[in-house]
Amino acid sequence: MKVTFPHMGYLWIPVSALLRKLGLDVVVPPPITRRTLSLGVQHAPEFACFPLKLNLGNFMEAYERGADTIIMAGGVGPCRFGYYAQVQQEILWDLGYKMKMVVLEPPKGHWWGLWKRIRWLIGERSVRDLWRALGFAWHKFVALDAIERAACWARPRAAAPRDVRRAVETAVRWVHEAETADQVREAREEGVSLVRSHAVRSLRDPLKVGIVGEIYTLLEPFANYRLEEKLGALGVEVDRSLYLSDWIRAHVVLDALRVSGEHEVKQAAQPYAPHFVGGHGQDTVGRTVLYARHGFDGVIQVMPFTCMPEIVAQSILPRVAHDYGIAVLTLIVDEHSADAGIQTRLEAFVDLLRRRRSKKKHDAVARAQAGK
Amino acid sequence: MVREGGFPPGTGAMLGRTALIPSSLSHYVKRPERRSKPGSVHKDDKEKNSRDNEPGDAAMRKLYLGVDVGSVSTNLVLMDGSGTVVADVYLLTRGRPIQAIQEGIRLLAAQGWDDAQVAGAGTTGSGRLLAGVIVGADVIKNEITAHAVAALEMVPDVRTVLEIGGQDSKIIIIRDGVVVDFAMNTVCAAGTGSFLDRQAARLNIPIEEFGALALKSNSPVRIAGRCAVFAESDMIHKQQVGYPVEDIVRGLCEALVRNYLNNVAKGKEILPPVVFQGGVACNVGMKRAFEEALGVEVMVPPYATVMGAIGAAILAKEATGATGRTRFRGFQVASVRYDTESFECEHCPNGCEIVCIKMEGQLLARWGSRCGRWDTVPEEQPVRREASG
Repeated sequence: MKVTFPHMGYLWIPVSALLRKLGLDVVVPPPITRRTLSLGVQHAPEFACFPLKLNLGNFMEAYERGADTIIMAGGVGPCRFGYYAQVQQEILWDLGYKMKMVVLEPPKGHWWGLWKRIRWLIGERSVRDLWRALGFAWHKFVALDAIERAACWARPRAAAPRDVRRAVETAVRWVHEAETADQVREAREEGVSLVRSHAVRSLRDPLKVGIVGEIYTLLEPFANYRLEEKLGALGVEVDRSLYLSDWIRAHVVLDALRVSGEHEVKQAAQPYAPHFVGGHGQDTVGRTVLYARHGFDGVIQVMPFTCMPEIVAQSILPRVAHDYGIAVLTLIVDEHSADAGIQTRLEAFVDLLRRRRSKKKHDAVARAQAGK
Repeated sequence: MVREGGFPPGTGAMLGRTALIPSSLSHYVKRPERRSKPGSVHKDDKEKNSRDNEPGDAAMRKLYLGVDVGSVSTNLVLMDGSGTVVADVYLLTRGRPIQAIQEGIRLLAAQGWDDAQVAGAGTTGSGRLLAGVIVGADVIKNEITAHAVAALEMVPDVRTVLEIGGQDSKIIIIRDGVVVDFAMNTVCAAGTGSFLDRQAARLNIPIEEFGALALKSNSPVRIAGRCAVFAESDMIHKQQVGYPVEDIVRGLCEALVRNYLNNVAKGKEILPPVVFQGGVACNVGMKRAFEEALGVEVMVPPYATVMGAIGAAILAKEATGATGRTRFRGFQVASVRYDTESFECEHCPNGCEIVCIKMEGQLLARWGSRCGRWDTVPEEQPVRREASG
């Protein structure tokens, strides 16, 4: 049995570490490229969302490398992601790809079913081995997130955007190569300081932009057209609302224990989106409110074309923007998006933020003078 | 930024709402070749120039060059320090931006501007990076900012800018002189200039008469405007059942405005003064349809088709103001040989097509890779003080 799984940002590093610790033969799909995209687009339904197409491409490329079993997440709620595993399975079978799909639904579903599947995957291994492997993978999640956070901080302060990109690549490789928890910790510390060492310019008060939206397009740079790097190159300090470890902490661990980890976000969304709308729609609204309260200059919502939960959020955001006086830009991405178009919108958005800020300063000075 | 006396008398360019409407009409009627004879400079520019803007007079003035390379048209303007447009050129890009830019520079030189002192150059539009490298720009700006800056120059209290160009359309919301929100068409190009061109050609109506024809209609036909393809089949259907052409044309304008307001302007608060610019702003039928749909007066500024270039020129002035230095290469760029080459990078399966821009055989710039591997930032050119042609 050779196991593969879909890509989502750096998810492949902890997941492959977890599976290898459990003694499984892992085939990591090649990094997402235009070829992955064309394979997915060619065989997926046109109005399925971008993540389905890219993941389908991942599976097909992994099959070429010998994978025969796919571990795929499932979901509950109104987001279509919940049945993507089944749709992808059908497509692969129709194409003659002999791959078995193991769907791991979040623990909100059936505990027994989930356990049966995990048991099947890990075979003879004990629960203690599983627990240890999970702990090791968790260290990697935390390390990768720390590196990505450092990159967001370093990009606007770097001499050239390429420097940070290279440093991140190196640091991420260190994390990937780490074999023990101690090595992971070492890789994290050295990686973070390597990335931060490229911050050669001191910025007193850089523009701050929060990024919200659908999880896959938030986490996968290929899907969001390297949004964070583009903003960093424009001198913006980016804060991403969702990192892998946060999400696992809040949704997998705490939800399973019936404790809501995102109380603050839900609370903030309350006046605008009082209940769950599927996917991360409610979080998008709540996080935008929180960014506004924390004095961010703007918020960018990113989502795949036809994403229902985010469309709900998109129609609510103008009210939030109005009430809090924060600028919001929505970026909709799919295989038809063009780099140039995204670049143009981002440049214009950053110009808008700069001019707004200098006007605010100007107004404050005018008010102070009037007060004298 | 200069807020008044922006344009020479005679071009009908006056600030203020009432003056703008008729002037825009006369502007349109007077210069039909703006859209009809692509590739030619407006002959009457010379007339205008002979009255107010002799190149000779301007030789001592500092001028700013704005270049807007769009999907459909390439526009150039020369603006003086007070914000007066002294020359403008509107050309079709025809998929050859470098040639279009060089032709534009050549036309400006032919009008006698080549010994004027160009104190700054700015580029905008989807070809802004290329144009910036070719002319040696002091500022390379996105078209949204450029259009907003130009609209603010023309109508300082503007609060909404509607811009419809060849392949994109945008709305810019301005409050107290600052852009606070904007949107661009994302997944649909129905209602942009290219679609109108195509329909005009299909109905065998010269594009510059298209709008005037719409005004003749008293009872517009309702056309489905959600999608260009459906709009076209609906139009054909309406034609086949015998509706008069002018009613169909007006119905089409209304459908496109509906589409724009529902898609691009969705959720935006449109407050007057409303300025309508971009190539499609010359279409009086579209202007009227906007006024009817919004219930407010819609202003079409003079030079509505070259507003992006005007914005770029204003930004060039701002950018060079502090140093007084420019990177502009001079009017000889029209006769320099530029070559482009491309190859496919084989480093990863992305297979990015890398483009190299060469000037007289020397590498000027290279871009096109997703990872930044091949990108060369245009080398800092030796900056010349107050460079001129």
